[in-house]
Amino acid sequence: MTAAVEFQNVSRHFGQVRAVDGVNLAIAPGEFFAMLGPSGSGKTTCLRLIAGFEQPTGGSVRIFGDAVEGVPPYRRNVNTVFQDYALFPHLSILDNVAYGLMVKGVDKATRLRQAEEALELVKLPGYGARRPGQLSGGQRQRVALARALVNKPKVLLLDEPLGALDLKLREQMQEELKSLQRALGITFVFVTHDQGEALSMADRVAVFNNGNIVHEGTPEDIYKRPKQRFVADFVGSSNVIAPDVMTRLGGEKRWASLRPEAIRVRPAGEGVAATVQQSSFLGAVNRLLVEAGGTRLHVMLPADQPVPAIGTTIGLGWVGSDIHYMDDAS
Amino acid sequence: MRSDRSASFSLKLAAGLGLLFLHLPILLIFVYAFTTEEKSYQWPPPGLTTQWFAIAWNRPDVWAALGLSVKVASIATLIALALGTLCAAAVSQTRFFGREAISLLVVLPIALPGIITGIALRSAFSLLDIPFSVWTIVLGHATFCVVVVYNNAVARFRRTSGSLIEASMDLGADGFQTFRHVVLPNIGTALLAGGMLAFALSFDEVIVTTFTGGQQSTLPIWMLEELIRPRQRPVTNVVAMVVVLVTFLPILAAYYLTRDGDQIAGGGK
Repeated sequence: MTAAVEFQNVSRHFGQVRAVDGVNLAIAPGEFFAMLGPSGSGKTTCLRLIAGFEQPTGGSVRIFGDAVEGVPPYRRNVNTVFQDYALFPHLSILDNVAYGLMVKGVDKATRLRQAEEALELVKLPGYGARRPGQLSGGQRQRVALARALVNKPKVLLLDEPLGALDLKLREQMQEELKSLQRALGITFVFVTHDQGEALSMADRVAVFNNGNIVHEGTPEDIYKRPKQRFVADFVGSSNVIAPDVMTRLGGEKRWASLRPEAIRVRPAGEGVAATVQQSSFLGAVNRLLVEAGGTRLHVMLPADQPVPAIGTTIGLGWVGSDIHYMDDAS
Repeated sequence: MRSDRSASFSLKLAAGLGLLFLHLPILLIFVYAFTTEEKSYQWPPPGLTTQWFAIAWNRPDVWAALGLSVKVASIATLIALALGTLCAAAVSQTRFFGREAISLLVVLPIALPGIITGIALRSAFSLLDIPFSVWTIVLGHATFCVVVVYNNAVARFRRTSGSLIEASMDLGADGFQTFRHVVLPNIGTALLAGGMLAFALSFDEVIVTTFTGGQQSTLPIWMLEELIRPRQRPVTNVVAMVVVLVTFLPILAAYYLTRDGDQIAGGGK
């Protein structure tokens, strides 16, 4: 099967800066793919390489099998939802959405009808006469989405589209984007620095660091079996344990990760001895910060269990298979 | 902005006197256009007449100077619009080596005294054996007209999000379509304002013109020459009055256009 987007050893260097450095990647058609990483990790540059705003300095980018080197953005069948939405301030909402059809020469009646349909798709029917300045951030986001989708792109690129929205709106848009993607069957490539967003929405996630992909896999894979310390640190609240501490805790002398919810609190004297340093109430669970074997660990304690007092000694236990060893050199 | 307390009497008086000082001389010019005394400016005017309007209308040298000024200002403004916009786009939309230096070099002609620009151009023209003509005047004026358009355009480009151009390309518009449908509507009023200002600057330019012009007289040069002559002095005042009235309208228009432009740009935020 031809990949929707394929990177073959792609690099993009800006002088001495290696923004993207030898990335290999294959995104399947119809997939919801997230590029996750801190700022400067190369994820946005990868998106811009697909959109055509950047040209690789090495390697090859393919979109549905076609090499796109030298193909300008306006001849690629991909569309982008920009981080700042980039709505045209001098055009009405309807003309904004119809813009792509207008420059392709679609007649006025047809393009306005399709633009109105696209506005209905993003739940903004009847907003066409307004100006971008009259809409809220969430509404502008939907307009940007409609403006891209009306062109029926083969791949939709989303550059941190939810970053500017408040938490509640963001969660709502996450669900809507996900169902929209399922309904339309378009390949979505989604760039974010929010690991929660990437894990909850994507079929597959690529974690970027220093211009390269350090781990690519399903959200569950990335969360439970991070390949590197960086991934475990970045993706979540997992306890990252140094090799020498692992030996003291009775494991192999390698870097390991242990999820807080995998650790069981037991009476003092059983398992590994630990001292409670802090506890925070998080609703469904209590999060404990404990000191054990010369390191600090987070422990998730279900709300129905008694919370040990700060300063008391407790025992910790876990199943051996919950210890996940990582590839980093010890 | 309105302060809660009303200003003190002395402040009001000082402000009023300041405004009078700025504008009374212009009114004097208007009054002298109607005086019966033609050899010197005598106050109060010994008598009032409208004959100078008819005399000015019938003098071919007035029309020649006016025609030349309009021609020079129009061509210089067109050149400035093309070059200033291109330069502003390059400086504000892209990053390249020497960008800051170019930005400074483009603005320099307006900071330089006109006499330096004039001498420099004159010696360059004679070095290259270019005869003085309308076109040398146009070139001289274009040096500072470009700056005005550039400054206006660059300010608007900076406020216009760069991702608008990328969005347009992303949606399938090529460079020309993007310019026509996105760039021009967003910078149009700034260009109009810059163009009008450039026209006004060129229209009353004296110093550079004296160095780059040959036998031709633009309107301000003609006025200077008239002031030295002993006869028909009020004709100069008539022409000055007409020029004030005619240039006032585009400046007012430019003011309103850019004000509206600000509102449009602000509305997009």
